[in-house]
Amino acid sequence: MMDLVWLTLPQVIANGLLQGSAIALGAIGLTLTYSILRFANFTHGETISWGGYFTLTALAALTPWIGGIGKWGGLTFGWGLVVALGVGVVGASLLALALDRLLFATLRRHGSAITLVIASFGASLALRNLIVFVYGPESVQFTRELVIADRWLGGLVRVTPDQLAVLGLSAALAVGLTVFLRFTTTGRAMRATAENPALAQITGIDTAHVVRTVWVLGAVLATLAGVFIGITAQLRPELGFDLLLPLFAAAILGGIGSVPGAMLGGLIVGLAESAAVEYLHAGYRNAVGFLVLIAILVIRPTGLFAARG
Amino acid sequence: MALDLATYLVFFLILALNYAVLCLGLNLQWGFTGLFNVGVAGFFAIGAYTSAILTGPPRPEAVGGFDLPVLIGWLGGTLAAGVAALGVGWATLRLRHDYLAITTFGIAVTIQLVALNEEWLTGGAFGIEAIPRPLAAWFTSPTQYNLFYLGLTLALVALVFWGLERLVRGPWGRLLRAIREDEVAAASLGKDVRTQRLIAFALGSAIMGLAGAHFATFMGFIAPESFLPVVTFQVWAMLILGGSGNNRGAVLGAILVWGLWSVAGVTVKALLPPDLQVRGAALQVVLIGVVLAGVLLIRPRGLMGEERAISPHTQATATASTAPSSTPASGGPDAR
Repeated sequence: MMDLVWLTLPQVIANGLLQGSAIALGAIGLTLTYSILRFANFTHGETISWGGYFTLTALAALTPWIGGIGKWGGLTFGWGLVVALGVGVVGASLLALALDRLLFATLRRHGSAITLVIASFGASLALRNLIVFVYGPESVQFTRELVIADRWLGGLVRVTPDQLAVLGLSAALAVGLTVFLRFTTTGRAMRATAENPALAQITGIDTAHVVRTVWVLGAVLATLAGVFIGITAQLRPELGFDLLLPLFAAAILGGIGSVPGAMLGGLIVGLAESAAVEYLHAGYRNAVGFLVLIAILVIRPTGLFAARG
Repeated sequence: MALDLATYLVFFLILALNYAVLCLGLNLQWGFTGLFNVGVAGFFAIGAYTSAILTGPPRPEAVGGFDLPVLIGWLGGTLAAGVAALGVGWATLRLRHDYLAITTFGIAVTIQLVALNEEWLTGGAFGIEAIPRPLAAWFTSPTQYNLFYLGLTLALVALVFWGLERLVRGPWGRLLRAIREDEVAAASLGKDVRTQRLIAFALGSAIMGLAGAHFATFMGFIAPESFLPVVTFQVWAMLILGGSGNNRGAVLGAILVWGLWSVAGVTVKALLPPDLQVRGAALQVVLIGVVLAGVLLIRPRGLMGEERAISPHTQATATASTAPSSTPASGGPDAR
């Protein structure tokens, strides 16, 4: 038995890191909206799904001009996907901004944080079912091309070039975003608004602009997460819904508002899911995020890296 | 034709009133106590499965099928959901609103996964079938039986409604509203806020469990897909539309939203070809979502809203206490 664990462990870790990097990208977007807009946004999962589907639609619609998904070396995608991703990002951002304009902005003015959560819970179900209506209930893939997984560590780990690329891109994005928040004026304005909106406004920060920036930034990261999942696995209407608990778990585990925290939280949740599927019971994959969440809420509700030191 | 319509109407009303019981349970939690439960489907499922296992015929491949009387099944379902809520509430009610929302959502997802995976207990994806109906031998046709069951359902709703009205109009109801409006003030008056919230949460969930038992007995068959988060969503839409904090509003909202849902379902079935039915059915959820958002935006107190809790003589000066959302500006997302 011990031998078996040792033999499967490298692959479990690889799968966990891959799943974790998608969760991390989603959780970074969630933690930013959570800290600045101050409510648990259940629609974030659906932004991930919609971003993926928007990109897929753009890819199909633009094929006459961009000639399909493209091909870079051993990867299954190339410039074509980058162009389509640009369209997908715009689509998801417009969706997020429209939701804010039509629903959340009014409720922010009149209601309390909890009314926002009810509204986002309702909107998330509506958005998910809109995917079923538009695209159908079946899963779809970006490419039908078969990829041979490369063997590493003497054959113990099998990873496709796509998966490696996604892992690297996710890490680069997290680093870039941390730098952005720390050193740019917009990033500082965002952190100030998260800390204290009233004080931020008094000091001359355009908080409405910050709110829009947060929605767009969240939508960009969500689209990337959706497309990364679409490339390495597939797109399903329930994709965003199934990610909700892992996303919240990762964001709260990392400490709301902390980008490195969400990244690490995402990796931890991804590894936990991967280990649970391999060693415990594959049917309970979606409950793993919840167990991590309960554990962190009981032991340390402020998360590993609380936003303020 | 007219008979068909009447038969359908009876069937419709039984399910609408089933939702009304769920909605009354949620109203106790959210409308009166301000507890944000997004796990309605989970407690509904616990009640349904408990009752089905207690009353169902023996199953060779799984635990239970104890063939007990339906009344025992319903009491068992109510009790099981209440006890589960005590455990859940003990662990989560001290959390802030939005964390409570996320954890109750997670609990409902987990309960549904248990229903799907633990075949020895729940029958897995195939669920539990042949759940007996009370006094079924006395009736000759399904229509006659449904008419009887509608009477039973009406009695059940009336009982729950009457019990809740007595509770919330009495001292305990005032205490719950005080906790909802200002926890700290209630605590400073010597009230044990935590225990009272826990009792309200457990009682509301027990009522949801009762609704689950009622549902399982009526359908005669339950499977995990009856307990998806969409149930929670429907019940919330019902309560918000009817008016949270008002039991009559909860019942009215249940009938209206279920009516809207059913009309949309029938329309989709009539208009769309078979291969597009699944896609069309998704539009039902979108429709209810739009209604929910519209009510929150245009009329947050719902159709009925909460009754004034102060003397009518002071109306001129006092500001009405409206939705249970008047918690003082909640702080940042983490415990600051």
